[in-house]
Amino acid sequence: MTAQTASGPRAAEVRLRNVSKRYGNVTAVKPLDLTIPAGSLVTLLGPSGCGKTTLLRMIAGLERVSAGEILIGGRDVTQLSAGERNVSMVFQSYALFPHMNVLENVAYGLISGGASKKEAHARAEDILGLVGLKGFGPRLPSEMSGGQQQRVAVARALVLKPDVLLFDEPLSNLDARLRRSMREEIRALQQTLGVTVVYVTHDQSEALAVSDTIVVMRSAEIAQVGTPRELYGAPDNVFVATFMGEANHVKGVLATTSVSTGVVSLDTLSIELHHRDLPAGQVDVVIRPEAIRLVAPDGSGCLRATVRTATYMGAHAEYNLDTPVGPLFCIAPEASSLRRVGEVTGVMLDPGGVFAVRA
Amino acid sequence: MRHRLDASFWWWMAGLVAVCLLPWNMLQDGLRADNALALFATDADSASALGQALFHRRWWFWPVLAAQALALASFVPSLSKGTRGRLLLGGGWLGIASVVAQGWFIGVHGWSYDALTQTFGDLDDRQFGMGWGGCMTFVAFVALATTGLALRGRFGGDRFVAGAVGLLVASILIFTVWPVLTILGQALTAPAGQSTATMFLERFFQSKIWGAACLYSKASCGAAWNTLALSIATATACTLLGLAFALIVTRTGFRFKQMLRLLTMLPIITPPFVIGLGLILIFGRSGLINQWLGGLFGIELGRWIYGFNGVWLAQVFSFTPTAFLVLIGVVQGISPTMEEASQTLRASPARTFARITFPLMLPGLANAWLVVFIESLADFGNPILLGGSMGVLSTEIFFAVVGAQADFGRAATLAVVLLIFALVAFFAQRSILGKRSYVSMTGKGDGGLAQPLPARVKYAAFAVAMPWAALTIFVYLLALAGGFVKVWGRDWTPTLSHFGRAFSVEWTPHGLLWSGGAWGSLFTTLTLSAVAAPITALLGLLAAWVLSRQRFAGRTLLEFALMLTFCVPGTVIGVAYILTYNLPPVEITGTAIILVVCFVFRNLPVGVRSGLAAMSQLDKSLDEASATLRASTFRTLTHVVLPLIKPAVVTALIYSFVRAMTTVSAVIFLTSAQHEMATVFIINRAINGDYGIAIAYSTALIAMMMIAIGIIQLAVGERKLGRRATGDGPATLLQATQVTGARA
Repeated sequence: MTAQTASGPRAAEVRLRNVSKRYGNVTAVKPLDLTIPAGSLVTLLGPSGCGKTTLLRMIAGLERVSAGEILIGGRDVTQLSAGERNVSMVFQSYALFPHMNVLENVAYGLISGGASKKEAHARAEDILGLVGLKGFGPRLPSEMSGGQQQRVAVARALVLKPDVLLFDEPLSNLDARLRRSMREEIRALQQTLGVTVVYVTHDQSEALAVSDTIVVMRSAEIAQVGTPRELYGAPDNVFVATFMGEANHVKGVLATTSVSTGVVSLDTLSIELHHRDLPAGQVDVVIRPEAIRLVAPDGSGCLRATVRTATYMGAHAEYNLDTPVGPLFCIAPEASSLRRVGEVTGVMLDPGGVFAVRA
Repeated sequence: MRHRLDASFWWWMAGLVAVCLLPWNMLQDGLRADNALALFATDADSASALGQALFHRRWWFWPVLAAQALALASFVPSLSKGTRGRLLLGGGWLGIASVVAQGWFIGVHGWSYDALTQTFGDLDDRQFGMGWGGCMTFVAFVALATTGLALRGRFGGDRFVAGAVGLLVASILIFTVWPVLTILGQALTAPAGQSTATMFLERFFQSKIWGAACLYSKASCGAAWNTLALSIATATACTLLGLAFALIVTRTGFRFKQMLRLLTMLPIITPPFVIGLGLILIFGRSGLINQWLGGLFGIELGRWIYGFNGVWLAQVFSFTPTAFLVLIGVVQGISPTMEEASQTLRASPARTFARITFPLMLPGLANAWLVVFIESLADFGNPILLGGSMGVLSTEIFFAVVGAQADFGRAATLAVVLLIFALVAFFAQRSILGKRSYVSMTGKGDGGLAQPLPARVKYAAFAVAMPWAALTIFVYLLALAGGFVKVWGRDWTPTLSHFGRAFSVEWTPHGLLWSGGAWGSLFTTLTLSAVAAPITALLGLLAAWVLSRQRFAGRTLLEFALMLTFCVPGTVIGVAYILTYNLPPVEITGTAIILVVCFVFRNLPVGVRSGLAAMSQLDKSLDEASATLRASTFRTLTHVVLPLIKPAVVTALIYSFVRAMTTVSAVIFLTSAQHEMATVFIINRAINGDYGIAIAYSTALIAMMMIAIGIIQLAVGERKLGRRATGDGPATLLQATQVTGARA
């Protein structure tokens, strides 16, 4: 074991080269390359079974890669076991040892690494202070709330000053309110300490809130990598668009005006928008529900729509509309004057919430 | 990576010491301080491997020494990991192969096989069974080979896991697979001058096994039919009784439920023939009932208790608690929401029971039936005590071996038949348990209240169960009371003389004299059980951990082999052990080692199952958390897993201790004058009609086991998670019985 430095965690870059994982005939992760910059927080986002947790566990060393190599801080760790990699992991169930108290839990890794009990306990106390649990050392995990257990798990991982800190759906066992405040705390802690974090979640709002970069995964491969803004504002495909938030999906026709701009026609409606060098012709059009504005039906350049259902939601209203291009789901900010079912209305679109992607 | 001396180096050193210094073969009078350093021993048979090779021209040790040298090469600094692994693997395998080959091919008369004599000529030398040197060398080679495998990337590169698997596989091969194969071989080996086919037909289809004369005449049927009939009758009766008890305990407001549950504890701590003794005292020729009827009405009941009836009755008494335990789990496993759903669908309670509850219980009932069936097949204590002229397979095996006959061919044949019966039942049970997916076992997510029983079912259950419970208590009380009267049936004077004969202690000028007749066997039993219990628990839990937490090629095969040892009846193991271990290379018949080995491998599955059950409750991410927190596999095991499965540790310890003390079937073949066991002592007295001392001894055993259980629980302590104490003793024990499929 190398000696721990006295300073904070050393942020390290994680580089995956052509990494894949197979279980017999099942491919859990198709060969992929990914670089996680030092000191950044990268989320692996995707529906269950997409391979994101397998990818994380391969970085942790809990699963062996089937092919490819993993470098952490420039060092090839592909053949090293979890304990030899200088990574730490926060588990979905927290995995706090139920028969040890909080202090013993946090000191466990230090003592495993050869530190004296006295030194380990002193450093464990320090880190508990950092996560706001000063004085909780003698308690058993079972005597703490979910949020507190979560902090202990984070403290236990941080105390080892890992090159990379890994989170496996850390907030899924908390209630909605706590989830929001914990994710802010994790983000704040990460930015204060400047540690590299890889974070797995299936909750897109969590990913949007904490990430520097989001890696969206789908069926064992990467669907798109980008900042939260890029993924929400410029999805590469229908899957990313619908996964990153609510979205309508219709067919349209693109007429290019330049390399990156064009006009999309949806029935009677034409919208000017940016695209990523698509060829002219049939395209898939993704429309965010909040980009749909309801206007008077007689206005020119709008779609005629019929209200199928109308739901009052307090701060806003939700509508399901029937239009010539297909059903559209719409979120309207003004809930005060709810439209009636069967009413005919006009539909206009905000170009910022409409994307053309390859059909 | 930095090169340093790791555990494999110390294994290599241990091997070196064993090869150079320790006497390779077993010594006539045991290993002592003055003969332990055996390099220069003048007698070839007490020299070390190196000594025998150098000074006694026993060339067959050179490969062993070469393997040792090959492994040494792996410690040369600056070798790559792969090369080191290859060298260790090569050395280890060569070592294992050469140790096995020399033991296998060269025995007390030179070459062990005629083919070898014809090829190489007479050997003109011989060797005895392996001793400390041989065993230690072998273990060291296994450790080196598994380290090599781990370095080559097998077992996730984990040397500890590799070593654990190596240890388990080697010990199962040596102490379970080999004996079973030996007995198969013995059964299929024709005596000189007879073809295998005729021998096979004669042996396996003789009338003593398959005869059906009892159907049409007064003659008795073959042992196989007797065994089958008995086991089917016992299993059916026990399942019905067990179901009645289980329904009463789980589905009625019966007030003395806890008493009934206590009933399930009894078979665990009862030596296997206490019930038989109780029945003799009640229904035997000088038993209570006979005396009473004879005295009042002059009716002579005679010897009806000896034979099928008596054995059946004793087995039903003995195994009903087992069926009860299995069925409690089954009835509790039925989700009350199913029954509530049925009721909301307008079904009457009777219809709900008949169409929902009962069908859901069917696989569980079948399982209970098969568990009892297997137990009854393997039962030895009851048939030997009460069987009279009715032979069942387990007793026939015994009678084939003991006495003047000593017909091992016949014993092996009977053992194979019994083994086949047990295997068929075992596979049937496995397949039923495999399909039992619709009974919720987790107890999670099922609210609702269990429905009370329909009136008719309830009365039927009570009518069956209550008299039986009363009778059970009566049998036990009488069985124990028999130890306190002079001569049962003739002289009812209360006395402690039986205890005196068994456990008297005298002061003599030379100090304390344990003059009672039972002390010798009691001390042996206690010592051997106490030695075997921790080994069993350790090995069993290690196996459970490897099976539940590690992925490696052959994992399911290992699990299967472990569970299979469970269903091999004790008498079969007993015969197999004598046949296998009375010749080199492992010559331990007549020693205490064979008894300990027998206890360990007969009870290993209990440790494995309770460990597996505990491990499945344990979140796997705890292990993984420990691994990411820089802990070695060994540290994870000792600091995280073991403390969290303490109840399983307690269960495994208690169970293996108690079973070692009460088992008789396998042990009766393996005891010797030097190492007499308590159960064998008792059964010999009981067969001779000396019931007083047999019962007094049984009483003492039961008392002692209760004390031992208390001590083990205190010593290991309870698991503390949260401030509440969790897990209570009886519950742990009950769980233990539940996880055992069959016992013998």
